[in-house]
Amino acid sequence: MADLTKMTLEGALDGMSKGDFSSEELTKAHIDACMEGADLNAFITTTFESAMESAKASDARRAKGEVGKLEGAPLGVKDLFCTEGVKTTAGSKILGDFAPPYESSVTANMKADGMVMLGKLNLDEFAMGSSNETSAFGPVINPWRKDEDLVPGGSSGGSAAAVAADMCLGATATDTGGSIRQPASFTGTVGIKPTYGRCSRWGTVAFASSLDQAGPIAKTVKDAAILLESMSGYDSKDSTSLNVDVPKWSESCGKSVKGLRIGIPKEYAIDGMPAEIQALWDQGIAWMKDAGAEIVPITLPHTKYALPAYYVVAPAEASSNLARYDGMRYGARVDGADLNDTYDLTRTAGFGDEVRRRIMIGTYVLSAGYYDAYYLRAQKVRTRIVEDFENAWQTCDAILTPTAPSAPFAVGRKVTDPVQMYLNDIFTVTTNLAGLPGISVPAGLDANGLPLGLQIIGKALDEATVFSAASALEKAAGFSAKPDKWWV
Amino acid sequence: MSDPQKSPENGVSADDVKKIARLSRLDVADDRLQPIAEDLNGILAWIEQLNEVDVEGVEPMTSAVDMDAPLRKDEITDGGVRDKVLANAPKSEDGFFVVPRSVE
Repeated sequence: MADLTKMTLEGALDGMSKGDFSSEELTKAHIDACMEGADLNAFITTTFESAMESAKASDARRAKGEVGKLEGAPLGVKDLFCTEGVKTTAGSKILGDFAPPYESSVTANMKADGMVMLGKLNLDEFAMGSSNETSAFGPVINPWRKDEDLVPGGSSGGSAAAVAADMCLGATATDTGGSIRQPASFTGTVGIKPTYGRCSRWGTVAFASSLDQAGPIAKTVKDAAILLESMSGYDSKDSTSLNVDVPKWSESCGKSVKGLRIGIPKEYAIDGMPAEIQALWDQGIAWMKDAGAEIVPITLPHTKYALPAYYVVAPAEASSNLARYDGMRYGARVDGADLNDTYDLTRTAGFGDEVRRRIMIGTYVLSAGYYDAYYLRAQKVRTRIVEDFENAWQTCDAILTPTAPSAPFAVGRKVTDPVQMYLNDIFTVTTNLAGLPGISVPAGLDANGLPLGLQIIGKALDEATVFSAASALEKAAGFSAKPDKWWV
Repeated sequence: MSDPQKSPENGVSADDVKKIARLSRLDVADDRLQPIAEDLNGILAWIEQLNEVDVEGVEPMTSAVDMDAPLRKDEITDGGVRDKVLANAPKSEDGFFVVPRSVE
């Protein structure tokens, strides 16, 4: 039998429906790949035994003619989604051995559709990071390598690495400032953050609630569409969940982009951007033109303010969301002299440096006297960014940009200035602030043979156009490179 | 009342960090106060560029999606799961959470 881990999700679902192989065989092949790739540190918790049981149950359902959208597909789940009875850490020590007695709505949808869960994937602590190095469970190593270990990006680094290394057919991820798309770009995978409100946030550990949105990381644009169809949907348990139909996005893949107006924002040509990334962007423009799209220069004048606005809004919401970790009702507790001392010791031992830093920034910008100067102003700048996009939609239907300002960098690279790390999200963070869908598609390799991605941004709720444009880009790029399996 | 003009002219001091840490329920060792103050000042100085944006008359964006907050009937929808609620407690006894004394 051919190597089942080389398949796409679409191909594997098709193979099972034709009876070429069972979910049990498919799952076993992926468990073997996960075990071979253990050194990549992509998983925090593996659930191989229950995965084999789920696969068997899936095969039995299929035999009875019950076939869900993800029937029998072995997938990974970012360890930010609560999974009933399976330890959930958010990449932090503070949750201790927390095993949720409930299931997140996103993973519940996927399980109802027949997902086989291989385990919980590593991430930056509380999804705060762009390199997966803030995880309390150690960094994830990018399957793509050049002389030394590279980061897979973050925060969904485990999800991206596991998909790139063929350890799972796809994975869930979350994106608050770029945490799906930047790791997808760093690992040669596809990642989409849908419109805010498409995927329920219920049961997903909260970082910055007005920005957090779940989405998949996958091997192809179509696979991402299949996964997103399962993950999305209205949920009364999330008051910001959108009560709208979930379109058949997989049918938008491959649709012609003839006449589609693709905006090119001049403000994304930032100083100091590597020439290779500018060249890839130019190549992407040429590809879209060849595919029949019309290229329109646009302006998004407040782009440079997106990242600083994000670093007010996100830490502010995080400081509030993370106040719940007090060591009283769940998670780890460090006993102190009295109640306050117990709080302090618990939170200081439980949170890592970056999380503590962001809690303190958030506390500061929300504190009396500074709220208007920082938080209120950032919220107003956010409105300006939304207006920029609304103006752009007058002349274009989707926007093409690079995904990240660099290729993957070395693990342990010394970063003395936290702002340097924050700049990773410069091209992705605008869509979080505006609530818009954005997808990263692998488009080429740099001179070191490392993957680079391009991003398509769409109008709110117009993932259909995003998927059409992304699949046109995917087809033109013909990206088929895979990392050497040096980790086996 | 907050003063809209107020911003940290001279930056965050070690004393400010101590205060922020207390509000954040975090313990910061004395020799870490100054380095953290420098960290925060670097980030805050970068955030200062938001002052260049004309936000006169602009409404703050409080929700990413233009929608009304949904209402539901005020009725009990869940409950009776005491053991599940307590299952992850660091300490529990006789169906209660056990926490440090909070009232003297």
